[in-house]
Amino acid sequence: MLSKIRGAQILALAATTALLATGCAADAGQEGTSADGTTTITWWHNSNNGDGKAYYEQVAADFEAAHEGVEVEVSAMQHEDMLTKLDAAFQSGDAPDVYMERGGGELAAHVAAGLTKDLTEAASEEIAFLGENAGGWQLDGKTYALPFSLGGAGFWYNKALFKEAGIDSAPQTFDELIAATGKLKQAGIDPISIGAGDKWPAAHYWYYAAVRECSQQALADSVANLDFSDQCFTKAGEDVDQLIKSEPFNPGFLSTPAQSGPTSASGLLATGKVAMELAGHWEPGVMQGLTEDGTGMGEDAGWFPFPAIEGGQGDPAAQLGGGDAWAVSEGAPDAAVDFVKHMLSDEVQRGFAELDMGLPTNPAAKDAISDPALASLMDVRDKAPYFQLYFDTSFGASIGGAMNDEIALLFAGKSDAQKIVDASQDAADLEK
Amino acid sequence: MIHAVAPEVTYAASPPASGGPGLSERRRSTPSGLPPAGAKRTRKPAQRRKNLEILFFVSPALLLIAVFMLVPIIQAVRFSMYNWKGFGPLVDFVGFKNYVRVLGNEVFTDALVHNLVIIGGSIALQLPIGLGIALLLNRKMKIQSLLRTIIFVPYVLSEVIAGVVWFQLLQPQYGVFDTILSKLGIQGPAQGWLGTPELALWTVLAVLTWKYLGLAVILFLAGLQGVPSELYEAAEIDGASWWQIQRKITIPLLGPTLRTWGFLSMIGSLQLFDMVWILTGGGPANATTTMASFLVSEGTKRQNFGIAAAASVILFIVALVLAISYQQFILKRDSQPDDERTKRKKAKA
Repeated sequence: MLSKIRGAQILALAATTALLATGCAADAGQEGTSADGTTTITWWHNSNNGDGKAYYEQVAADFEAAHEGVEVEVSAMQHEDMLTKLDAAFQSGDAPDVYMERGGGELAAHVAAGLTKDLTEAASEEIAFLGENAGGWQLDGKTYALPFSLGGAGFWYNKALFKEAGIDSAPQTFDELIAATGKLKQAGIDPISIGAGDKWPAAHYWYYAAVRECSQQALADSVANLDFSDQCFTKAGEDVDQLIKSEPFNPGFLSTPAQSGPTSASGLLATGKVAMELAGHWEPGVMQGLTEDGTGMGEDAGWFPFPAIEGGQGDPAAQLGGGDAWAVSEGAPDAAVDFVKHMLSDEVQRGFAELDMGLPTNPAAKDAISDPALASLMDVRDKAPYFQLYFDTSFGASIGGAMNDEIALLFAGKSDAQKIVDASQDAADLEK
Repeated sequence: MIHAVAPEVTYAASPPASGGPGLSERRRSTPSGLPPAGAKRTRKPAQRRKNLEILFFVSPALLLIAVFMLVPIIQAVRFSMYNWKGFGPLVDFVGFKNYVRVLGNEVFTDALVHNLVIIGGSIALQLPIGLGIALLLNRKMKIQSLLRTIIFVPYVLSEVIAGVVWFQLLQPQYGVFDTILSKLGIQGPAQGWLGTPELALWTVLAVLTWKYLGLAVILFLAGLQGVPSELYEAAEIDGASWWQIQRKITIPLLGPTLRTWGFLSMIGSLQLFDMVWILTGGGPANATTTMASFLVSEGTKRQNFGIAAAASVILFIVALVLAISYQQFILKRDSQPDDERTKRKKAKA
């Protein structure tokens, strides 16, 4: 017994020593160039299964073949795992050379902490063809990351169920949306699924209502000055409250998760249990994974943009959405910048589009998309007069979190339009 | 006979007490056993050697404690004084402002109340049910060991697996629970058991009771083994009924075990995180937030690491104060064998 404990202690001690040793080793590797002259760049991404993973391995191998003396160390991770590990990596100052940035306030915090490299000059060609799409990753005229996939949110709906309820065309205005949910309920169909248990899916309603209520200038000012005093934000809360009061959501929506399992919001839509869901461009992929035959809603899948709100100052064609960009951490070798540029090249982006891994940002890859629903989203995105990042990304985790929590309370009937604005402003004041 | 058994029972409940006297006795006996001539010369190197030996074997453990407990605690206190996003240098010193913000945050104070409700609820539910089952299972019957296993299985199950299974069972409309209820003609709550703010905490408490009842039963059963059978025999000869025996002999003699279990249950309830995180994530409408789930969501979801650190320090202090007062007022009697003995005599009479 005693010797067992001792053995365990020695083992634990050895493990600690090993941990410390590897920690130091990783630090030493930060420079990127080893004794024999090869440069190693570390790359973290979240395409951790199927074709996407294989494709990225191929991309890395091709890059190694074209650049002598460069080695790409690829780590494919599950999305949430990656975010947690990234946070830890930033804390320890041992971030990967190439990683994913969602832009907005998150990026601003990384830049302020000196963690992210300025790519403005090195990637000027790419930034030129990205145009407005790079806006979410720019600060004071400098570009810190190159978006490779960008898409807006909207309503994914089941055409068959809409038909069954006697709805002939997709709702164009907010009032029509509420009327449509009434018709669906009359037909005995749960109108909308929402993963309010995860909070952010509920928050997307408020974000979108604000995009419709606020003018482009008001939104830009709010993000720049962390100020929510414009009346349009209160109005957005009132609109969402009106929708909630009409009770259009799936039973138990307060504890429904967004995407995990067949009883999640995406699962309910994929299996024909509800008629529609507000979600981003990732939805077809998520739904495919939640149905037995792997086709999601299949033929019945349809999409319509968030409806216009009467009297709103925002352009009804404006899009709320988000995207992912490749960023290079400060102190990474130059090869990492070349690699990111390579990731945005016509060839790599076309391959990315062919596999329906997202909505490519390189215009040359536009026609390569194979999924028709995604292709139509591309059109909507490119025709949008302006593109607003999801607020929790745009304002950063701290303000976004406070905002999302209060919006979730509104969905539970425990808050109101003014309190959402107040909670967001309180959190924002602490950032100033 | 009784006296020989009794200390063992009490000491089992508080291991430090049993280690203390044994060690000091040994220390005293060693030098006296040595020959008096030249004792000083031989004793000193031997003592030093022994100390070195102790130091050598204890240092890995001390090092581990320092690296994995002491340093994190000090770091948490340090972080709690800063406004910090989790990366970059610690520059924005705010002193105790984070503590003010945490204590002034209704979500946190509600979380503290939820923790206290779970502590009280766990004891109020698991104590009578666990005691009842333990007393039943202590009787000789054919499928005794099978029943014991069944009761203990939930405790062995990983918390996450149990949580996911319960989450699916409790799904509104499509879950097993609601399906059975609707077959019986009863309509479950519209938002589901975990989605209705008024019911969510109680649902979590029910699942926790299911999960941890096994531990209580096993501990109580172990305690029951320590009750000498002579007492039962004597009571039976005196004509005591089964109920009287349980009330007057078994439960009083089970006291130390019950108190120790209460302590474990209290600490577990204070640190409650995983089950809540899986079942509700602290929602709906913060109805099930605990202090631990509060600090995790502040830290990892909102990147308010200063706030999260302050909350963790407050949680630490709350746990420490409750633990020490429990030790002082409730567990202390178990480390005073004399009191217990007189009580036991009374119980016998």
